Amino acid sequence: MPRVRRRAVLPATAAVLGLVLTACGSRVGEDGAGAAPAESCVDTSGDSIKVGAINSLSGATAINETVIRDAIEFAVDEINADGGVLGKQLDLIAEDGASDPTVFAEKAEKLVTSDCVAAVFGGYTSASRKAMLPVFEDNGGLLYYGQQYEGLEDSSNIFYSGATTNQQIIPALDYLKEQGVTSLYLVGSDYVFPRTSNAIVKAYADANGIEIKGEDYLPLGATEFSTIVNKIRTADADAVFNVVVGDSLVAFFREFTAAGLTAADMPVMSMCLGEEEVAAVGVENVRDHLASWNYYQTLETPENTSFVEAFRAEYGADRVTSDPMESAYTGVHLWKAMVEKADSFDVADVQEAADGVSYDSPGGTVVVDGDNHHISKTARIGQIRADGQIVSVWESDGAIEPDPYLTTYDWAEGLAD
Amino acid sequence: MSTTTPAAPARRWPAVPGPLRTGAGFALAAVVLFAVAPAVLSDFRLGLLGKFLCFAIVAAGIGLAWGRGGMLTLGQGLFFGMGAYVMAMHLKLADAQVRGDAVPDFMSIAGVRDVPGWWQPFASPVVTLLVVLLAPGAVAVLLGLMVFKRRVKGAYFAILSQALAAALATWVVGQQMLGGSNGLNRFRTFFGFDLSDPANRRLLFFIAAGTLLVVVAVVRQLMRSRYGELLVAVRDQEERVRFLGYDPANVKVVAYTVAATFAGIAGALFVPLVGIISPSDVGIVPSISFLIGVAIGGRDTLLGPVLGAIGIAWAESSLSESFPSAWVYAQGALFIVVVGFLPGGLASLGGVLRRRGRPAERVPHEEPDEPASVRTTEPEKEPVA
Repeated sequence: MPRVRRRAVLPATAAVLGLVLTACGSRVGEDGAGAAPAESCVDTSGDSIKVGAINSLSGATAINETVIRDAIEFAVDEINADGGVLGKQLDLIAEDGASDPTVFAEKAEKLVTSDCVAAVFGGYTSASRKAMLPVFEDNGGLLYYGQQYEGLEDSSNIFYSGATTNQQIIPALDYLKEQGVTSLYLVGSDYVFPRTSNAIVKAYADANGIEIKGEDYLPLGATEFSTIVNKIRTADADAVFNVVVGDSLVAFFREFTAAGLTAADMPVMSMCLGEEEVAAVGVENVRDHLASWNYYQTLETPENTSFVEAFRAEYGADRVTSDPMESAYTGVHLWKAMVEKADSFDVADVQEAADGVSYDSPGGTVVVDGDNHHISKTARIGQIRADGQIVSVWESDGAIEPDPYLTTYDWAEGLAD
Repeated sequence: MSTTTPAAPARRWPAVPGPLRTGAGFALAAVVLFAVAPAVLSDFRLGLLGKFLCFAIVAAGIGLAWGRGGMLTLGQGLFFGMGAYVMAMHLKLADAQVRGDAVPDFMSIAGVRDVPGWWQPFASPVVTLLVVLLAPGAVAVLLGLMVFKRRVKGAYFAILSQALAAALATWVVGQQMLGGSNGLNRFRTFFGFDLSDPANRRLLFFIAAGTLLVVVAVVRQLMRSRYGELLVAVRDQEERVRFLGYDPANVKVVAYTVAATFAGIAGALFVPLVGIISPSDVGIVPSISFLIGVAIGGRDTLLGPVLGAIGIAWAESSLSESFPSAWVYAQGALFIVVVGFLPGGLASLGGVLRRRGRPAERVPHEEPDEPASVRTTEPEKEPVA
């Protein structure tokens, strides 16, 4: 390249730099820094109000999230048929999170700032929730996250309608201890939820004289469990605490059963094995093993009977209803109840009205805690039946108050700050 | 898809525009990016475009390494991730400092009270920027020397580079101090600027746009230089270049290193623009999607990769809003069509159409499988380091 043209590069660069610098906004600590949440653009003038849903319809967790989307749509349809919220029909804008946290964040921002929805329902993995959290906080949106998770979080812009650890993990441990279990083997998929829940398990075990015989993690989606199952067999623990998720559950239980281990001599207590997963794993491989959730399709309450019936009438008689679906469904109804109590769609009004809002969900009456934005839930230990359904064999003494940071448990001190 | 097959062999440098067209192109791009885009796009769409510009920066490097150099870089997520995580660590530390906390928020939740030693260098902005600029390139030099000196090429090189990206993603998932599968997010400041201020987010967009222009200028310069000719020669006839007395490994290492550096810079820009980096942004899937835009745009041209990357990302984002789960299939179909019927990418469409129109002009040197004529008017071999 001739030398002459190089001279043109300098002014061009200078011009670009100049442009860039004139665009500078506020620095940290300056007065009037743009930290105030953006003005809400939600349109409440019409006959309908927009709400959003973000679930993965493609990618690795699509199979788990598509049914959750169904539950959200079902709740929205139900509310619309019942006259809507504050007299307005809900207009659901649905987005695909594509099993990718950055896509969740992108779509959340689109829903809140471009579509101007009053609330968003969805999110699945903790990664997806953590990716969306700043979006909702910065833009003053509302997210209803309906998934059991590892706790240690609270945001004024998120309502958590799934269980936190003291409503799922600790009850499971209480139940095992009650059954006389004195040693555990921990297995999990390698990501945040299993690692955090196993940290809680170890602290609990330490305080309650339960011996941990081993702890193993496999990458998400891994299907090679023969080594781990062999270690479990030789370790001879009283029970297995299982936080394996997704497709790996199939491989784990097949290997477990193939190794000749049964629920009679070594029960597996699973945190992520719902009705959908039982069907995928094959009931012959998980029969009589245990699960810990807040909801099972078999619950015999009037709310659940009508929920299951109505859902099946809409989506097919062969469909199952699972805990994540029930939590997401409950989230939509909780938003409705909060808006009605606040008599406003405004986020600040909803946040203020949230405390004490209750809803008779299919899993029992739940009450919103205005401080940490979680809800009280009844914990239930289920046993897998021969027909693939899970029946509750133990139930907590009423709904358990949410405690995402485990501040009310002495032994959990130091787990979280 | 053969990696050594030239997609569109040497015509008279049609892929690299001449000085006049270049000047006009840069001016047009500058006007579009710095004046039109901020005027017509909402803050949200502008942020999205900024993210696509990051992908375009990666694509420009892939265009050089793959399109011109024949190295199928299936693992750019490795370098992208290095740049991104280094930047993310700095931003987390800076945020903690602004808030007056000892450790970043996600560490204090995990009960960590002291910043791990290997995080500490990244508290300094200077160190961070140097590492972002130099580390991916340094890794690429090492890797490149090991691989290319042993004459590993083609599918073996592609598999190896992809395995490294997968390894990085797997390793990060196990690192609680890097946020594990959640990744690092919730950045509040960028070198002292408040990230929640829309003016600052526009500033970030301008930085990405400016970087892209510089990157394209660098690639153009390399393509037009004697090194660029040598690179194409290595792609098309590596043995012949060796017999002429050059070491093809050195030629390849340079292009691979440049591509890695670009990917690292893009990763570092991606973090403040998008606000998150997680293992799912650095593994195999993102590494492949970097490539798709390049292939569709036209991998051996200057602008094909850049425009292809932006176009594909834009289409993905907007089509997935209307057809949530159908976009994946559309993208796959487009990829198959382009690879099968238009190996030179959309950039070669004009040429193909012209050829169809006037079959008499179908000249033999445009056959894709014909080895490209290496310009042998190159007596000295100094330019290659």
